[in-house]
Amino acid sequence: MSHRVLIVDDEPNIVISLEYLIKKEGFEVAVATDGEAALQQAADFAPDLILLDVMMPKKSGFEVCQALRADPAQAAVKIIMLTARGRETEVAKGLALGADAYITKPFSTKELVLQIKSLLA
Amino acid sequence: MLQGWVIVLASFLYLGILFAIAWYADRRADSGRSLIANPAVYALSLGVYCTTWTFYGSVGRAAASGIGFLPIYLGPTLLFALAGFILHKMIRVAKTNRITSIADFVASRYGKSQLLGGLVTVIAVVGVIPYIALQLKAVSNSFAILASYPDIIMPAKAGAVPLLQDSALYVAMILAAFTILFGTRHLDATERHEGMVAAIAVESVVKLVAFLAVGVFVVWGMHDGVGDIFAQAALAPEVAHRLASADSPAAYGTWGTLIFLSMFASLLLPRQFQIAVVENVDESHLRRAVWMFPLYLFLINLFVLPVALAGLLHFPGGGGVDADTFVLTLPMAHQQEALALFVYIGGLSAATGMVIVETIALSTMVCNDLVMPLLLRLPVLGLAARADLSGLLLEIRRWAIAVILCLGYLYFRVAGEAYALVSIGLISFAAVAQFAPVVIGGLFWKGGTRDGALAGLAAGFVLWTYTLLLPSFAKSGWLPDGFIAHGLFGIELLRPQVLFGLAGLDEITHCLVWSLLVNMGAYIGVSLMRVPNLREARQATLFVGGAEAAGIPGWRGSAGIGDLLPLAGRFLGLERAQEAFSRHARQRGLRSLHELPADTRLVGFAETLLAGAIGSASARAMVASVVTEEPLGIDEVMNILDEASQVRAYTRELEQKSRELTRATAELRQANARLQELDRMKDDFISTVTHELRTPLTSIRAFSEMLHEDPRIDLAQRSRFLGIIVSETVRLSRLINQILDLAKLESGRAEWTVAAVDVAEVIREAADSLAPLFVDKRVSLQLDGCEAGLNVLADRDRLMQVMVNLLSNALKFVPVASGRVKVDVGAAAGEVRVSVTDNGPGIEAGDQEVIFEKFRQGTGNTDVLIDKPQGTGLGLPISRQIIEYFNGRLWVESTPGAGACFVFTLPRQAGDNGASQPTGEQP
Amino acid sequence: MIRSRLTAQRLAFLFLLGCFLFNYPLLSVFNRGGSFFGLPPLYAWLTGSWLALIALMAWVVESRAD
Repeated sequence: MSHRVLIVDDEPNIVISLEYLIKKEGFEVAVATDGEAALQQAADFAPDLILLDVMMPKKSGFEVCQALRADPAQAAVKIIMLTARGRETEVAKGLALGADAYITKPFSTKELVLQIKSLLA
Repeated sequence: MLQGWVIVLASFLYLGILFAIAWYADRRADSGRSLIANPAVYALSLGVYCTTWTFYGSVGRAAASGIGFLPIYLGPTLLFALAGFILHKMIRVAKTNRITSIADFVASRYGKSQLLGGLVTVIAVVGVIPYIALQLKAVSNSFAILASYPDIIMPAKAGAVPLLQDSALYVAMILAAFTILFGTRHLDATERHEGMVAAIAVESVVKLVAFLAVGVFVVWGMHDGVGDIFAQAALAPEVAHRLASADSPAAYGTWGTLIFLSMFASLLLPRQFQIAVVENVDESHLRRAVWMFPLYLFLINLFVLPVALAGLLHFPGGGGVDADTFVLTLPMAHQQEALALFVYIGGLSAATGMVIVETIALSTMVCNDLVMPLLLRLPVLGLAARADLSGLLLEIRRWAIAVILCLGYLYFRVAGEAYALVSIGLISFAAVAQFAPVVIGGLFWKGGTRDGALAGLAAGFVLWTYTLLLPSFAKSGWLPDGFIAHGLFGIELLRPQVLFGLAGLDEITHCLVWSLLVNMGAYIGVSLMRVPNLREARQATLFVGGAEAAGIPGWRGSAGIGDLLPLAGRFLGLERAQEAFSRHARQRGLRSLHELPADTRLVGFAETLLAGAIGSASARAMVASVVTEEPLGIDEVMNILDEASQVRAYTRELEQKSRELTRATAELRQANARLQELDRMKDDFISTVTHELRTPLTSIRAFSEMLHEDPRIDLAQRSRFLGIIVSETVRLSRLINQILDLAKLESGRAEWTVAAVDVAEVIREAADSLAPLFVDKRVSLQLDGCEAGLNVLADRDRLMQVMVNLLSNALKFVPVASGRVKVDVGAAAGEVRVSVTDNGPGIEAGDQEVIFEKFRQGTGNTDVLIDKPQGTGLGLPISRQIIEYFNGRLWVESTPGAGACFVFTLPRQAGDNGASQPTGEQP
Repeated sequence: MIRSRLTAQRLAFLFLLGCFLFNYPLLSVFNRGGSFFGLPPLYAWLTGSWLALIALMAWVVESRAD
């Protein structure tokens, strides 16, 4: 069975690009456009990996990450954080909160795909 | 043998010897082998206290009142018992501050006040000039008596002798010349006159030996010892009562008063201060003087009573012989020509000693504390700019000496034999006693202020004048004496010698009681009216605190050697100033004076140096002219407080400084917090801009890479992706433009073209440009009141930008098809008011200000916003900047769910009458 | 000069002593007729006590015992 990937971002165009990119690699994809929806989808869709934007309405990516890591049912899920704010403190914060990887926007599509594959391998 | 020419010759011979001694002592001093660096010389020179008033007058007083002459000499004895507390301290203070006179001492103590120095000088001159007259009279009388030998004839009244035959005139002239030669040979920064001191010491010996010789002759030559005189006196009824003093409370009161008075006189008379304090070369000399000077007084008074009694016995019933002349007339009556001549010389030495020292002291005071301050203040003279004033200083002193002696002679001439001259010694004593409160108080009490000192001295001087000087004038017949008997304006209470009904005291005691009472009252009372200011407090610490105060900086500013050397040179002469500064440099371990750093120590040295020449108050003023003072820092105040912890005066300034510091700290903290906030905001802004720029870039890069790497993407997909890339690029460019725009607006570098703008026209134009978008979204746009033609002063394009922004915002949020946007224009109270109302989701109260912040689009937690709004989040902040630039306001009114209404107002242009009236452009 | 405070205080004591010796009421004791070794009592008293006081002052300042 193919892996499931949840895309969480509030920018419609970025969502479109990510969706296309990941579907092409043969993964199942679900989309959430804010933090609360992301937590809901994480429970319903049971993804293996979540691409999580930091700056979002309602709940930030950090909060979502924290909530997921606090939930034993979601212990196995891999999290890649995406952010357009490239400050080092934020990278450190994301990793400290339990993210598996941290990718800065704008990202290289190749690297993103490689990162996803290596985490799911 | 005793012809006139012999006496004149002897006089000149004596003065010549004196001058030779002075000249030799000065030479020795210049070569560094001081002749007067000897405690005995110091003690002897203090004998200048004994004038002709002692030499001739004591016997006169004893003949009149028995032992009553003695308190005048017991007082100084007691004062020297207090030397450790008073004199020693005065000498030390005077040395460290280069005090040159009693006036300088008082001025310096109370904040270097020129006014105070001037007042002391005036009191001293008024009080002492009659005393000088007394000396002139004594010399001229003794000359006349001696010249009439072998007859004993009392001299004629002074006023009766034609001016040019008046020996006193020649005495005055000779003494003036002599004093000028002695006292103003050169201008010394220390204001010491070693030659003069040596001569004075010799004079003290001469007059003592002369008097003792008379005593020995009278007691053992004329009688069989002291016991014989007293035995004979006891038998003579009219003499016997001199053997005891009057046994009444008033007599004992007078006795005590005289002791008290002479105690201060021996310290505060200008000549005493000059010799005891200014001319003191070594503090340790005081130790010997403590007993030697009283011993000197003891010896010179030992034979006074016997001689007086012998005189009374020898010239029974007065015999036409003035008791004041017994010292001279007794030897003459016994054909002791040589002894008589020696006595005459002794009297001459008593007179010259007093006149020389007194006039030198007074001339220094007149020059430094009266004339120089006035001259330096007169810009007409251009003195402040003159290069070398040292010659002028000497000139002033020479003239001062001449004028003082001239005044003394005039007083003698006018007063003649009058009462005023007889009692003048005590009147002078009472005048200088007025200095006692401010001098003694100033040495022990830090609370005295300049105002207090002025008030005390002035009050004491006025009362002294009224209760003692004016009555003495009246008794001499210079003033109508009605006011003595009936009081001023006939008011009984104001009778000068029974002031406010105080009767039963002799006139001196009466004067002292009143004058010292109001003097001290005013001094203490006025001083207590305020806390001493910083300068007074510093001087107070220097005077009262002694050594521990030495570390207090006198200056808070600095000046270099380049300024100070020429300044000192102007008053001391350049060579002498250079020497002094070089010495100072060597003391500080420097090779030459040019290495001296421009610090407060150097300024302090220069001031002290100058103080020696022109007095402390003038020195301060002069130095202040080249020093740039820095404001007093908290550190210095702290230092001062540490070093003189008892100086309460500083506390108030310190508290004030402390309050200022606290306030400054709070302000700094606030400013720092504000800066940190700004810094954080800038950081956030950059971070946000980065985020906003990266978001479209992310899409662009992702789609470009996908298109680039996968050529097999179908056409529809491909054109969709390219469409996204194009729109994100547009978004990116718009964003960059707006950021730059905002940066320009915020930094004030935006260019504005200001003109009268018809608001309605701008609204119509904006509406027209956006019309296609409204049509696309099927939203209705209604313009109300747009024909009003209201003018505002604004930049047309900028106003258009605001309008377009507000309209496109409204369009963005209204629903498709049912959306309605309405624009209203109206005028109210000098304003044009424009509102843009939509029927969109509205804005929550909490977001109504947030949306005007940069990159805040009100999306935070507003449920009603379903989609993330398109836009940069900079439109509204930019619009607000623009409106506010034209003194207008932009805000939003909204109820969530019931749409939003953006409103802005602009000041209406005066004179618009509904028609468009374009005006000229303004930059 | 007067190096120690002790010397200064001794002198101050002599000052007080002098004030007492040279003033009423002690003075009134000697202010009478008669003779004291051929001298009037007041003259003898003042001369003697004055000289004694000077001697004491000299002794105080010149002795280096302190």
